[in-house]
Amino acid sequence: MPRTSAATARSSAPGLAPDAGGRRLPRTLHPVAWWIWALALATAVSRTNNPLLLFLVLAVLGYVITVRRTEAPWARGFKYYLYLALTVVAIRVVFRAVFATGITPHDHFIFSLPHLPTPDWYAGIKIGGPVSLEALLSAATDGLRLACMLCCIGAANTLANPKRALRVLPGALYELGVAVTVSISVAPQLVQSVQRVHRARRLRAGRSQGLRALRGIIVPVLEDALERSLRLAAAMDSRGYGRAGTATRRSRRATGALMLLGMCGLCAGAYGLLDATAPALLGFPALVLGGLLCVAGLRLGGRRITRTTYRPDPWRAAEWAVAGCGVLSAVLLFSNAGFNAAELNPSIYPLSWPTLPLVPAAAILLAGTAGFLAPPPSAPVRPSVPAQRTEEST
Amino acid sequence: MITFDQVTVQYEDTAEPVLRDVNLTVEEGELCLVVGHTGVGKSTLLGAVNGLVPHFTGGTLYGRVTVDGRDTAEHPPRELADVVGVVGQDPLDGFVTDTVEEELAYAMEQLAVAPATMRKRVEETLDLLGLADLRHRALHELSGGQQQRVAIGSVLTAHPRVLVLDEPTSALDPTAAEEVLAAVTRLVHDLGVTVLLAEHRLERVVQYADRVIHLPGDGRVVSGPPAEVFRTSSIAPPVVDLGRIAGWSPLPLSIRDARRAAAPLRTRLDGVVPPPVRTALPADRPRLLSARGITVTYQGVPAVREVALDLRGGEITALMGRNGSGKSSLLWALQGSGPRKAGSVSVGESDGPGTRDPRKVSATEARRLVGLVPQTPTDLLYLESVKQELDQADSESAVQADGIPARTLLDRLAPGIPDTTHPRDLSEGQKLALVLAIQLAAAPRVVLLDEPTRGLDYRAKGELIGIVDGLAAEGRTVVISTHDVEFVARAADRVVVMAEGDVVADGPTTEVIVASPVFAPQTAKVLAPLPYLTVDQLASVLDAHGTDPSA
Repeated sequence: MPRTSAATARSSAPGLAPDAGGRRLPRTLHPVAWWIWALALATAVSRTNNPLLLFLVLAVLGYVITVRRTEAPWARGFKYYLYLALTVVAIRVVFRAVFATGITPHDHFIFSLPHLPTPDWYAGIKIGGPVSLEALLSAATDGLRLACMLCCIGAANTLANPKRALRVLPGALYELGVAVTVSISVAPQLVQSVQRVHRARRLRAGRSQGLRALRGIIVPVLEDALERSLRLAAAMDSRGYGRAGTATRRSRRATGALMLLGMCGLCAGAYGLLDATAPALLGFPALVLGGLLCVAGLRLGGRRITRTTYRPDPWRAAEWAVAGCGVLSAVLLFSNAGFNAAELNPSIYPLSWPTLPLVPAAAILLAGTAGFLAPPPSAPVRPSVPAQRTEEST
Repeated sequence: MITFDQVTVQYEDTAEPVLRDVNLTVEEGELCLVVGHTGVGKSTLLGAVNGLVPHFTGGTLYGRVTVDGRDTAEHPPRELADVVGVVGQDPLDGFVTDTVEEELAYAMEQLAVAPATMRKRVEETLDLLGLADLRHRALHELSGGQQQRVAIGSVLTAHPRVLVLDEPTSALDPTAAEEVLAAVTRLVHDLGVTVLLAEHRLERVVQYADRVIHLPGDGRVVSGPPAEVFRTSSIAPPVVDLGRIAGWSPLPLSIRDARRAAAPLRTRLDGVVPPPVRTALPADRPRLLSARGITVTYQGVPAVREVALDLRGGEITALMGRNGSGKSSLLWALQGSGPRKAGSVSVGESDGPGTRDPRKVSATEARRLVGLVPQTPTDLLYLESVKQELDQADSESAVQADGIPARTLLDRLAPGIPDTTHPRDLSEGQKLALVLAIQLAAAPRVVLLDEPTRGLDYRAKGELIGIVDGLAAEGRTVVISTHDVEFVARAADRVVVMAEGDVVADGPTTEVIVASPVFAPQTAKVLAPLPYLTVDQLASVLDAHGTDPSA
């Protein structure tokens, strides 16, 4: 097809991978490796309040994302996570200033907000009044910690293709993955449908506001969507989706029960581990038990599906290294080895300049090695010709 | 390969069975063309092959359908996925994943093909259908023809023995359709895949068919070699009609065959002036719409570039050009509802009292100036019955006392649509007529139709020609954007061709259409250099001369 090949030849030309000329072949890292890395880093962050360490984490995230993200649409979203993080910090600081709480007489007062008298039954909360440096700083560092954790999740979403991540879902959860994938691809079509119908409304000089106008848009769009999903279902059916495996009703129920119990166990375990006041029994044992139950459930559920995966992501040394460096940094921060745990949470009362503890800093930098432990991402694929169909239908 | 044994299909909501006592055998490696008017059961017949009828659609199937030895009664569609591949009208409807490569692999993943085999088959299919350059591209970025080729590829990777294609080109422009049909014929010839193909625009495919299955409409099925079936069938492409009138035997199916058979006829007709396709228009037609410097851009990309256009009363203009050449954008800009970056439109008789720009008046007023039927007419329909829609149209357009109610208009366009029918249950042609009636209720003198021929069969197209002729006779001006050159040859007085947002040709139909070998209708191709455009012209000449055509 000369018409198409001439136009798309440019797109297959090798793009500039960050590691151009390097020894390693560009490939995409297993999405689970990035998720383990990011979640481990987020766990490590939850340990500390030290702004120096938190800024170090942000720097590490920024570095890894810069060198290892692709050009795909989902990989351009990190800045939105940064905006979200800034908003979180700002909201915390503003709330702390407005609802003045935890003020002691020894604080350094910076300025004072007009005090709003509250009725008696609302006496617990003060609005306005003096604002102290200590309160603002503690709010800011708290907010920064939360922001860092958000950014860790954002980094995972930026570095790992969310669709490929869904594909590693165990067989029992396959349907969930399909539902998400289909809805992701249907959403833009729905938007287009709404725009088309909305534009067509003017042709009938239909009202553009009010309930009746809404009906004039919703009815055609929904009918369109319904017909489309029926056709999609027919297409999926005739392409072999949902071919019978060996599932019985009993095994399906058992799967459901195991999964539910397992999830409860996991939640309880996570809570127990992260909350220092929880009884010791709730932490690690519950987590392990929950994990085991989930694995059993997934195994049982996965048995009924006969399906293979096209070009599965391999799990090789690079995946071990990336996931490992993340986990190691978390373990180091929780181990209290070689540093004073108090340095992780520098005191605000009395106000003191935070110090940079060596071992935690090294642990966080260790997580940053993922930037070169991971192979360079594949060359970007650029659309070379704007789609003709969409051009006319817009 | 495929056997229908005494098959009758009955849906719950219809009194008569759609298919009745069908006996049919399709041999391995055949390209079978399924022809018939809209609503005679083509889709039912095709759906029965892989068990979508009745497993998915409901209804009752009596008799037995076997494919490659498997009975569809015991095998639902998903269990037949490795034997039958199905491709529908709009490729976007069937896509489950979002990139070309993953889409090609999807069916194989469901069939649990080993990963190594999968990779190999994907590579083979990419080459077979010429998709190798597009492998990593997102599906929605592809052009229509590319999407449809991916859809075909995505069922081919499962190595089916039978390929069922239900109007695979109806949503495509001629170039994209050629692309897809070329791919299909290649599969038949190189791989020996059995293909069952339903298609409205017969002129494109009839020459490739080994066998034609004709559904006359009473539930029966007539099957046989193309030349035999078309001798008597109620629908046929122009080249076959030509052969019938000229009395050629065997009946030609391709331009090449017809041209060779037509040599004596061409000599005989030399010097005879053919009657005009359409009656000549009076010279002093009023100018109803005048557009100057129309420019439309989408995010900085120009879709229409400084187009000037005059439309005169009583004239039918065809707007042609490939997908994305700016036809729709131009129509929407003329109506005033679409974006317009620059330029001016003035509607109204040039010497009459005051012209107006439809963009600068209210939507109600714009409707009275220019009526537009969009590409998807159903976008305008949202009520539960035809009556409600028509009443709504009357109140929306706020016609003066002398206005014609929408119901009368509809009866004039397509008689016999009951009041209580749900608009979604109408056929494509009826939906078009309903929306047209709604738009005409405002009595606009300029009527624009955006791709109305899409999905219409020969009969419905014939009816559409009658409708637009009627509108033109009332002194209105009609613009029809279309890809269908046979339709243009019969219906249009004037043709405007667009490419990349520019008007590249504008003139009387005869001149514009015959000048281009690609755009020319089949009759013109067969009888060139004689200036014939339609089969009717030849028929009237032969009648008038009363000569024995076989002489």
